[in-house]
Amino acid sequence: MTTTVRAWLIDDSPSSRLQARLGRAWRITGALSRNPLAVVGAAIILVLILTAIFAPFIATHGPLKQDLTQRLLAPGAANWMGTDELGRDIWSRVVYGARITLVIVAMVAILAAPAGLIIGAVAGYFGGWTDRILMGITDVFLSMPKLILALALVAALGPGIENAIIAIAITSWPGYARIARAETLTFKNSEFIAAIRLQGASAMRVILGHVLPLCTSSMIVRVTLDMAGIILTAAGLGFIGLGAQPPLPEWGAMIARGRSFILDQWWVATMPGFAIIIVSLGFCFLGDGLRDVLDPKSGEQH
Amino acid sequence: MNTPLLEVDNLRVTFPTPRGDIDVVRSVSFTLGRERLGIVGESGSGKSMTGRSILKLIRAPGTVSADRLAFDGIDLLAQSEKQMRAIRGARISMVMQDPKFSLNPVMTIGEQIAEALLTHQRLPRREVGQRVKAMLESVRIDDPERVAKLYPHEVSGGMGQRVMIAMMLIPEPDLLIADEPTSALDVSVQAQVLDIIDELVKRKGMGLIFISHDLNLVSSYCDRILVMNTGRVVEECEAGELRNATHPYTRGLLAAIPRLDETRDELPVLDRSAWANS
Amino acid sequence: MTALSLNNLDISYGETPITHGVSLDIAEGESFALVGESGSGKSTILKAIAGLAPEWTGSITAFGKSRSHGIDRHFARLCQMVFQDPYGSLHPRKTIDATLSEPLTIHGIGSQNERVEAVMASVGLDRKFRFRFPHQLSGGQRQRVAIARALMLEPKILLLDEPTSALDVSVQAEILNLLKRLRREQNLTFLMVTHNLPVVSFLCDRLAVMRQGRIVEIADVADLKQGALREAYSRELMEISATHAA
Repeated sequence: MTTTVRAWLIDDSPSSRLQARLGRAWRITGALSRNPLAVVGAAIILVLILTAIFAPFIATHGPLKQDLTQRLLAPGAANWMGTDELGRDIWSRVVYGARITLVIVAMVAILAAPAGLIIGAVAGYFGGWTDRILMGITDVFLSMPKLILALALVAALGPGIENAIIAIAITSWPGYARIARAETLTFKNSEFIAAIRLQGASAMRVILGHVLPLCTSSMIVRVTLDMAGIILTAAGLGFIGLGAQPPLPEWGAMIARGRSFILDQWWVATMPGFAIIIVSLGFCFLGDGLRDVLDPKSGEQH
Repeated sequence: MNTPLLEVDNLRVTFPTPRGDIDVVRSVSFTLGRERLGIVGESGSGKSMTGRSILKLIRAPGTVSADRLAFDGIDLLAQSEKQMRAIRGARISMVMQDPKFSLNPVMTIGEQIAEALLTHQRLPRREVGQRVKAMLESVRIDDPERVAKLYPHEVSGGMGQRVMIAMMLIPEPDLLIADEPTSALDVSVQAQVLDIIDELVKRKGMGLIFISHDLNLVSSYCDRILVMNTGRVVEECEAGELRNATHPYTRGLLAAIPRLDETRDELPVLDRSAWANS
Repeated sequence: MTALSLNNLDISYGETPITHGVSLDIAEGESFALVGESGSGKSTILKAIAGLAPEWTGSITAFGKSRSHGIDRHFARLCQMVFQDPYGSLHPRKTIDATLSEPLTIHGIGSQNERVEAVMASVGLDRKFRFRFPHQLSGGQRQRVAIARALMLEPKILLLDEPTSALDVSVQAEILNLLKRLRREQNLTFLMVTHNLPVVSFLCDRLAVMRQGRIVEIADVADLKQGALREAYSRELMEISATHAA
């Protein structure tokens, strides 16, 4: 059975569109699985996703449950990562924190990447004044440091996790727009785009159907690599109190609260810190692996 | 002339693929004196790989093996990369297809030619200038002093290719490998560039390996011809005898070329059934 | 009937003029060649007819209708183009099926499945190639796909921009035979740009020799075969071709 499925996937002469697409996905997955770092990265992210989904089963305590008699306990059998200053179990809070992190990352990717992609492709494809205006706006955003801009936005919108997501999304789309524009410019004058224009295709169809699919692979790579930065920005906002609000178990906010006891009760700040580092690394590894596999400039064979 | 300039015996170039090793050149043997040898074949025939393997320019993971691969008595397979660098350019030069990709865009033409010369020998500055000027003149560039100051993007394709030839020939190598040197050029410029190569090769008594897909071109500029197909030499003959080629592949190729006074209603097509289903 | 008519066509890129006063009439079902060296403006004329070089003055008329400067859907049904480079003219991420169905979708034409299969059969592509990606095909097969794409809308005029110059001679022979057959079967009008005079001799009825943006001479291919071109420059081009074919 497995051998026939495999043969169907790697068939040189697929008999339907679906088979052709799945075959391509299979070859990319195969190439990715030969890259050890990418596998490690993918595994970390898979664990993050599973943790977020099954948090109630993985956590040993309620993430918000306080027990003032159990304050600042060192890691042990009952509390695997110790407890914080309100007697909450840090392991459970880190586990539930995965949900918040994942929501932030996913929302930013859903908001920022398509916006950047479309703005960049439109600017690159039409050129002229469209390009100048759209890229002018992009440059205004790019000219300010990301964290400062996000800070200003959150300060204006008011602290909270939704506003943090909006702020991070607003600061990250210009980078994607730049990439999409550059990619579009390299393909715009190619013969296959000329050919589809000669068939009478509208600009909309050319951009959505023919230009964007060529930008997506570099975009996926870039977004994956940016995930680490997004997590850190979210944690940073949480740390200074502008992101997730207490008592939400957001990793950055947890570090901020643990800061006061860093010398005597190191685990309070360190455990969520580890979580941030591992997840960021996971995204970096996966992004690097994806770049090797998807980058059209490295002589793609898939 | 006791030892031939180049001896190639049972040359093999292998590339590993997920489905097993693939020989892109298999058991190719020939010897070359100070003469003009043409290697003809279609894409994928292994003709360029043969040329590159002589300079050991096959990139990993490809590997070159041979019973003998000797240039002027030097066993090339035994040379280290460093020793090969001393041979490349100084004794064996290579002209590639497209000058746009072979010239450094941020150096003037004069600087690049001078560098090609100085890589292999030390010379006083004035003499370098004179040699560069003389070389540009010998590739029929009328105004060498002006052209030497230009950047590659400021010259035409034909001029660029002549500059490439000047660069390759200024260290006075013994063997020139020209891999499709004119395919990117206009027909009228092609003839001019080939005439220049031909004249310089004859005058300096060099050996020439001329790699091309164009049977007619090769037969008019070479003494001897190897026809390659799927990594093997299928035919070896004197250039003048090409019309009387015996191998069906060579005959098929010759017949498939349209003629200026074409009267056939349909061109004969090679029977590819042997490899069409791969 | 005149299929394609150019009248006093001046094409420019920005400030640079490319062609000067080009006038041509090509009859329906005729195969016409534009020959000349690079920079003679021959490819630019094809681009202007196709709509890819919109800066021109004069007129371009196809079957009695004037052409606008941009790309319009009506003209797309009438006239299609095959490009030189079979590696660059197919979208690398689209299967052959997607490439061939797209023009049908754009023009809202039904029974796509049958039409794609029919056109693939007529250009000699096996059905097994239908869901492959371009990188899984050879140069000759890709050029067949490019020709098939141009035929999807059943145009009457085909613009051919050096359709075989990137191919091996044996593959070139196959593609030339294919083009000749398609023209006969579908009564197509060809306008081909090439620098290869023997190809003109095989595929075309008439030719125009171009130099520096101007037409030097318009002649019958019979004259080319007999070496009876009038202008000195045309004969020069012929001689170079002849020495190569020695």
